[in-house]
Amino acid sequence: MAGKVTFDENRCKGCELCTTVCPVKIVIMDKDKINIKGYHPATVKEMDKCIACGSCARMCPDVVITVEKL
Amino acid sequence: MAIVFQKTKGLTEKQTHYCPGCTHGIIHRLVAESLEELGLLDKAIGVAPVGCSVFAYDYFSCDMQEASHGRAPACATGIKRVHPDSAVFTYQGDGDLASIGAAEIVHAAMRGEKFTTIFVNNAIYGMTGGQMAPTTLIGQKATTAPLGRDENHAGMPLRVSEMLATIPKAVFVERVSVHDVPNIMKAKKAIKKAFEIQMKGLGFGIVEVLSTCSTNWGKTPVEALKWLKENMIPYYPIQNFRNPEEVK
Ligand SMILES: Cc1ncc(C[n+]2csc(CCOP(=O)(O)OP(=O)(O)O)c2C)c(N)n1
Ligand code: SF4
Ligand code: SF4
Ligand code: SF4
Ligand SMILES: [Mg+2]
Repeated sequence: MAGKVTFDENRCKGCELCTTVCPVKIVIMDKDKINIKGYHPATVKEMDKCIACGSCARMCPDVVITVEKL
Repeated sequence: MAIVFQKTKGLTEKQTHYCPGCTHGIIHRLVAESLEELGLLDKAIGVAPVGCSVFAYDYFSCDMQEASHGRAPACATGIKRVHPDSAVFTYQGDGDLASIGAAEIVHAAMRGEKFTTIFVNNAIYGMTGGQMAPTTLIGQKATTAPLGRDENHAGMPLRVSEMLATIPKAVFVERVSVHDVPNIMKAKKAIKKAFEIQMKGLGFGIVEVLSTCSTNWGKTPVEALKWLKENMIPYYPIQNFRNPEEVK
């Protein structure tokens, strides 16, 4: 099952909790970017590996992430 | 394309003032999702405490009331008695509920007030900078216990759920945690159940949610989740203490 996650980047507080729960380990912090709050936001680069499990979104305290099943 | 997860309508668009990784945010979301899924958003009236969640009234999209420190159960009592068809909840920290508000919660439970309490236990006074709470663990450092809580000086941490479970009209008492995804799902189930029990008019219900305070614990958000799991759960076991099936 393929999935797609989108990050409401400027809501992200860079806490990294989402990066610890992804079963395929694709959620990372984007060290090349700084958001409006001054944090490196979370992101996914290898989107084709996402299985749309929703774990990253459920772990996020700041409702940054939306998950879709493709 | 099907949506697997999106932000609930139970939360406003406002971004929270909580520290990065603070699990107050997860608990807010679980309450908001539960209200939305049960169709209670238009009927819900929440009571915010004094503590880090003092601005909860800005984050929930239902009606909200602010209470003075520890007095949310008294406000909720009045609101529910005047509006018996509404879904009333208090959202309280451990300093608010177990310290200054200890009498309020005990007596609301004793009277069997038909509202729901979401009790966020992070074993510290978060908002005021990390003072010892009644729930602070033995050996845990706080600004008022710089060497760690000493049993001979400050007693043993208060197990609120166990205490309230002895009260006949506290018909639903459950302790949950939000340190990982499976526990977050279980926490949501308990919160939903507590609201269902309220709407059936069965009595008082409380869900104690073990939560982190990475800022005052002096840890990263990821380390704080691990600390919760390894230190809080052994003393504050995750379990249901009372449910209406056992209440005749
Ligand atoms: C009558 C009164 N006494 C004391 C305070 C100071 N005070 C504000 S918040 C708080 C404790 C907050 O801790 P907790 O309820 O655990 O919430 P947290 O911030 O940890 O979520 C205290 C003692 C106050 N605001 N009002
Ligand atoms: S939905 Fe699941 S698989 Fe996809 S990024 Fe999030 S945690 Fe990883
Ligand atoms: S859990 Fe949320 S706030 Fe924290 S890093 Fe991930 S997306 Fe950002
Ligand atoms: S001080 Fe602690 S409880 Fe308060 S917002 Fe920060 S992490 Fe959360
Ligand atoms: Mg607290």
